[in-house]
Amino acid sequence: MNYNWNWSVLFEPEYFGWLISGLGWTISVALCAWVIALVVGSLIGVGRTLPNKFLSKICTAYVELFRNIPLLVQMFIWYFAVPEMVPEDAGRWMKREMPQPEFVTAVVALGLYTASRVAEQVRAGIETVPQGLRSAAISQGMSIAQVYRYILLPISFRLIVPPMTSEFLTVFKNSSLALTIGLLELTAQSQQIAEYTFQSFEAYTAATVIYVLIALCATVIMSLLERQTRIPGYSGKES
Amino acid sequence: MGDFDFSVIIDSLPFLWDGLQLSLLLTFLAIIGGLVLGTLLALARLSGIAPLALFAAGYVNLIRAVPLILVIFWFYFLVPLALGRPIGGFYSALIAFVMFEAAYYSEIMRAGIQSVAKGQVHAGKATGLGYWQIQRFIVLPQAFRNMIPILVTQGIILFQDTSLVFVVSLRDLMTASSIVARTEGRLVEMYLFAALVYFVICFAGSLFVRRLQTRMAT
Repeated sequence: MNYNWNWSVLFEPEYFGWLISGLGWTISVALCAWVIALVVGSLIGVGRTLPNKFLSKICTAYVELFRNIPLLVQMFIWYFAVPEMVPEDAGRWMKREMPQPEFVTAVVALGLYTASRVAEQVRAGIETVPQGLRSAAISQGMSIAQVYRYILLPISFRLIVPPMTSEFLTVFKNSSLALTIGLLELTAQSQQIAEYTFQSFEAYTAATVIYVLIALCATVIMSLLERQTRIPGYSGKES
Repeated sequence: MGDFDFSVIIDSLPFLWDGLQLSLLLTFLAIIGGLVLGTLLALARLSGIAPLALFAAGYVNLIRAVPLILVIFWFYFLVPLALGRPIGGFYSALIAFVMFEAAYYSEIMRAGIQSVAKGQVHAGKATGLGYWQIQRFIVLPQAFRNMIPILVTQGIILFQDTSLVFVVSLRDLMTASSIVARTEGRLVEMYLFAALVYFVICFAGSLFVRRLQTRMAT
């Protein structure tokens, strides 16, 4: 193996700045997409459990559509195809005037994709709540909306915190796909440093270490949240 | 939207078919490699030998913390360096996918191995079988069977993930579609068609998983 080590290259102001800026983009894309994923995913997940056949079919279709197409293809469709498919004025706006087009597209694509995965967790959480509780609530004279508001959602959202941890980690990893539409996030920056300096080993190591740190932080945050939201005496396994 | 051009899709079908074959081949080989390596990692992790278990756990957690694209970049750089000569994009990508998927398959196989009742291992030992015989004849066949639906699901995810070889310009279905899209200036048609192909294959796969699950539940 012939390789000239030079770790100091990572701490040259220029390249160090690239890493920090990449980290900033990675975190921004992931967190913004996560907000979209939580909101849309919760709506779709709840929709799938509703007694209304039409609504639940539409929500099922959403999940199947977004889950069965690779994220990369979705990202390209949002970035390259959608501006051609919408009415001309809107398309021109998306191509020319929309601020930060790569960032916005990455957030929308990643958010809506992750929403389909979040929706599955939400649905599973709602279905884990014992049927008897739902029946009891309805027999008390609660409306469907009240059953969800006071019984199903408070329990199921606390139950799904542990499985959501892995989705939360995945959103950071998947944000790296934004580099395919030209957003210089962490992976792209490390690749760029590798190309400029030929110190690939150092550049990729830096990115790897940062991703591991992100994963550690996210795991700690989620386990704190898990401790806060755990339902005492409820393992969530019984159905 | 009015001028959707089907002919560009039809004209490029042979080219796209080559791409799809590469995607499927990469998926197939990576599933096999990932499954073998993943099972070894799972066995190492459950072996009770501290250094082995620690190494396997460290590897799995490290790989699971980083994005696949970064892993692909790593192996594109490392494989030729370690071998001292370039071996072509396909093999570098294949090694990257095997190393990456092994971490995920190892978690699945670990759960599968733990789903086999302990008493069976004891019974195996009592009849005089060695460690590898117990794994080979008792534990792994059952672990594998119990996990088939999850293994297939992971295979579908892997098939979707192969689209990421785009970042190193390996000519899979995704890269082929994007080449045609750019040269012909037909972005809408080509990307929607690629999405359709991926969707049909993955959706069929997930229906198959659902059938497996209902058959195994009964």
